[in-house]
This record gives sequence, C-alpha cells and structure tokens, in this order.
Amino acid sequence: MTTHLDGNVLAGTLGELFAVDITSAMGQCASCGTSEAMGEALVYTDAPGMVARCRTCEEVVLRVNRTAGRAWLDMRGISCLELRIPGE
Amino acid sequence: MARAAVLGRLTWQVGTVAEILEETATARTIVLDVPGWPGHAAGQHVDVRLTAEDGYSTQRSYSIASAPGPGRLELTVQRLEDGEVSPYLTDTLRPGYPLELRGPIGGWFVWDPAEPGPVLLVAGGSGMVPLMSMIRARAAAGSGAPFRLVYSVRSPQTVLYAAELERLSKTADGFEMSYVYTRSGPPGVKVRIGRLTPVVLSAPGWTSKTAPAVFICGPTGFVEAAASLLVRAGHDQDAIKTERFGPSGG
Amino acid sequence: MGIVSPGFRGRPRSGREKLPPGQYLVTDFPVLSAGPTPRVDTSSWKFSITTEAGQAHSWDWAEFRALPSEEFQVDLHCVTKWSKLRTAWRGVSLDTLLAQAQTSAEYALAHCYGGYTTNLPVADLLDGQAWVAFEYDGRPLAAEHGGPARLLVPHLYLWKSAKWVRRIDLRAKDEPGFWESLGYHNYGDPWREQRYWGD
Repeated sequence: MTTHLDGNVLAGTLGELFAVDITSAMGQCASCGTSEAMGEALVYTDAPGMVARCRTCEEVVLRVNRTAGRAWLDMRGISCLELRIPGE
Repeated sequence: MARAAVLGRLTWQVGTVAEILEETATARTIVLDVPGWPGHAAGQHVDVRLTAEDGYSTQRSYSIASAPGPGRLELTVQRLEDGEVSPYLTDTLRPGYPLELRGPIGGWFVWDPAEPGPVLLVAGGSGMVPLMSMIRARAAAGSGAPFRLVYSVRSPQTVLYAAELERLSKTADGFEMSYVYTRSGPPGVKVRIGRLTPVVLSAPGWTSKTAPAVFICGPTGFVEAAASLLVRAGHDQDAIKTERFGPSGG
Repeated sequence: MGIVSPGFRGRPRSGREKLPPGQYLVTDFPVLSAGPTPRVDTSSWKFSITTEAGQAHSWDWAEFRALPSEEFQVDLHCVTKWSKLRTAWRGVSLDTLLAQAQTSAEYALAHCYGGYTTNLPVADLLDGQAWVAFEYDGRPLAAEHGGPARLLVPHLYLWKSAKWVRRIDLRAKDEPGFWESLGYHNYGDPWREQRYWGD
C-alpha cells in the first residue's frame, strides 16, 4: 500500500522553480474549490514524478517531473494560487 | 525568522563538515559550515545530495536541528539499516568533507518565536529533529510561549538530545515534556510501555481547550495515529501541522 | 553534476546481467504510485475495449477469467531506473482481448481505476507483446502492484504497464497519458533509453 507525505516535501523541488516558498501559498483546488495551504496537500513521491493531491477531494492539484536541466510542471489542478511575498 | 532579502530560486551549495557529534549509537549530528548560509526558520529542512564518482547521485531531505542562526547549521541523521544515504552521513563523513545541500526549505511546517501562543510538539523517533529546532529557537529567543513536548521513542537509548531536554525541562520557564516508551523504559523505573494514547497527549493546561498550535513529526504511521487521536480529543484540524517522514521514518 | 561525495558508492549498480542503459538491478519489487491504491472488488470489476467507431466489448471478472490465459516470464524496466528480471505472471493476451474488435485504429489509450492513463500504439499491444495480467508469482495480483488486473507491456518502460486497468480505447488519434503529458517520452523504449521528450 502506498501512503502519501505532507506538502512540505514539495518545497525542495518547487523551491528550484519558484522564487517564493510554495508550501505556505494558498491553492484553490480546481476540482472541489477548497482553498488549502500547499503544505497540506497529500504528496506522492514514489513515482516517476511528484503528484500533489487535494486533502479534501484527493484529485490531483499539481504534478512535477524533474530531470537534469529540465522540469515539467502541471498546475491545472489549481485554479488560483495565492503566494506570500516576504519582506513586503 | 530568516527571510530572503532578494527573491531567488533554491540552488545547490557546498558546505563543509565542521564536526560530527554522537547523539545515540545510531544517530549523529553533523555540524556544517555553509558559506553565505542565510539562516533558517525553526522546522525547515535541507535536501542533501550525494554523488558517486560515476555520476550516480541521489538525494534525501533532513530537518535542521539547530536554532536559527547564520553561517552554521546542524543536521541530525538517524542511520537506517538498509539506507543508501544515512549510513554514509553517519559513518563515512568526516570533518573537512564537503556536503552538497540546498535550503533552507519549507515555509509551512515552521514556528516563529514571535508567536506567543502555546505549542504542542509530538515527536516519533527521529521526528524529534525539526521539533528540537523549535525548542532551541524558543530558548535562544527567550520566548515565554508555553511548549509541551510528547516524545515517543523505542527505548531510553534511542532518545535524541536527552541531556539537553532534561536540562530544559528543569528550568521552569514554560517548557514541559513527557516520554512515551514503545519497547522498553528506563531501568528501575515503573513506566508504561506502549504506543501513544489520548491520556499522554493531554495534560493539565494542555487540552483541546488550550487550543495550542500542534506540530507532529515522525514516521507516517505515527503521524497519522497522533493526528487522529488529537482530532478525536477535540483539537482543531487546522491547528495541526504534520510532517510525515515516510514509512521508514527518515 | 554535483560535487563528488568522497567515499560514497550508493546502491550496487554494476552486474553481469544485461540491462537497458542507465538501469540497475533490484531483487525486491518497488511500489510506485501517483495516488492512493484503488481497492476494486472482483465482484464489481469490469474491463472494456472500445473502438474508434464507438463499439464496446466488456468482460466482468467471471467472463474475463473464462478467457484463455497463459503463464509467462518477463523483465521489467522502470523509468526510475530499477529493473527486475524474470518476473512470473499469468494473464490474458491482448491478442485474445482484441480478437473481436473491428478496428483500424493505430493508437490506444488505457484508462484505470483511480484515474491513471497511458497511451501506446496498437501495434505494441499485439503479437504476444502485451497482457492483462491477474497473477504475479503464482498468487492473485496484489492491489499495490495493480490488482485485480493490470496491463503488462514489458518491452516498454513500466509506466506503460498500467496498474488497475479498466478500459482500453482504440483511437484514430494519439492522446498522451498521465506521464506522457508531463515530459515522459511518448513511446518509451528502454533499450533506446527513451525516458523524456526529445530522447
């Protein structure tokens, strides 16, 4: 049986792509409309890529595939992302 | 709490091992000098990357154990028997060796010493590491925020930071703690052996009515059990932050 | 490439077995998943094939198990670099399942309980190259490895061997599946190391 990790685990890979911390960002799930901190997402990492799912409805909110020199990011599962920008 | 002055993406840096401290028979604290290290928030982690001579590389995440501060950071690593990375860090690394890392990582599972509210920390095994960073941050900042630690371990021999935790719980400044022993307890002391229970999680002044911020960290099974007990005891789900280490416990 | 870590060797990588480029051998059977393990009872399980003309053929578990099946041994190659050799399965050949389908479709899209999808050329499903497998190592296929039944197409990377398969659509137009739409190679031949787009 596979279990998930918590959204904190997104911070490393997405920290290479985003200039601000993604785990404290609020994401609105495109499937069920619930807004949650990305740190609360259910993240599956035992896979060819990282898959984050909504804590409420379990649909995919974000996917990322990382290899040397390239990354693919699918955020169709998030309809809106509110990011905290530090120092302002 | 450390904030980046300029927005930028995470990149790999090379630190140098300054010291290796023995915490238990199988756990080590690695003290690293990282040039330009901006400091970190209590609860954050780093990703460590190891590369073999043929170019094969692998990486793992490790929580930062030290209190926030620039230049130097400490990681506590538990050696896993079939581990690919942890035995290298606990047994092969020497002072002077380089270690590639990126971080600090994570803005959600963090505690800010400016927050005055009560905090309940629930640690399973090596899940103690990021929570220790919070305890140390609290001490360094002179924070009076009430802290309670429930630390579940297999036996007294597997306790991380035992002496420091004992010292801190003796200074009556609002830090208290309880151990949960799952396999064996201290010799000569009558103590309950078994997993986490609702009774241990609650204490005078530490019920769901206290509404503490809760941080739970450890192996996945432990985190799920602890979170479930706390929610059933009336704690607000939104006040609980969890960091699962995965089935092997990091 | 990062700096070399003095004294780090990592898990054993060389050996006498001939493996596709970049792979290493494992003896356990790693479980990879993009989500929670679907729990599908055989009493409600159904497998369908639909054609580009909209015709569908379905089998429930009893009907599926009544089809001729075969035992076979194959090597598995996962794009995450592990390979497991000489794994033993029992399954129904896609040649059997596609025998009745009237189709000239060139492409297939597999759909699974839990939402996973993967695409393949129909030609790669035929001629003894693919099965819907329901037993591993002589026992009913465990849920974590794709049970009650999974697609098995061992000549391609293992992400094409869709776990918890429920339907295969035969299509005139190719449509990339779950990983193929996130950078993984559309075809995925391990011997040509086709892991990512552009490989």
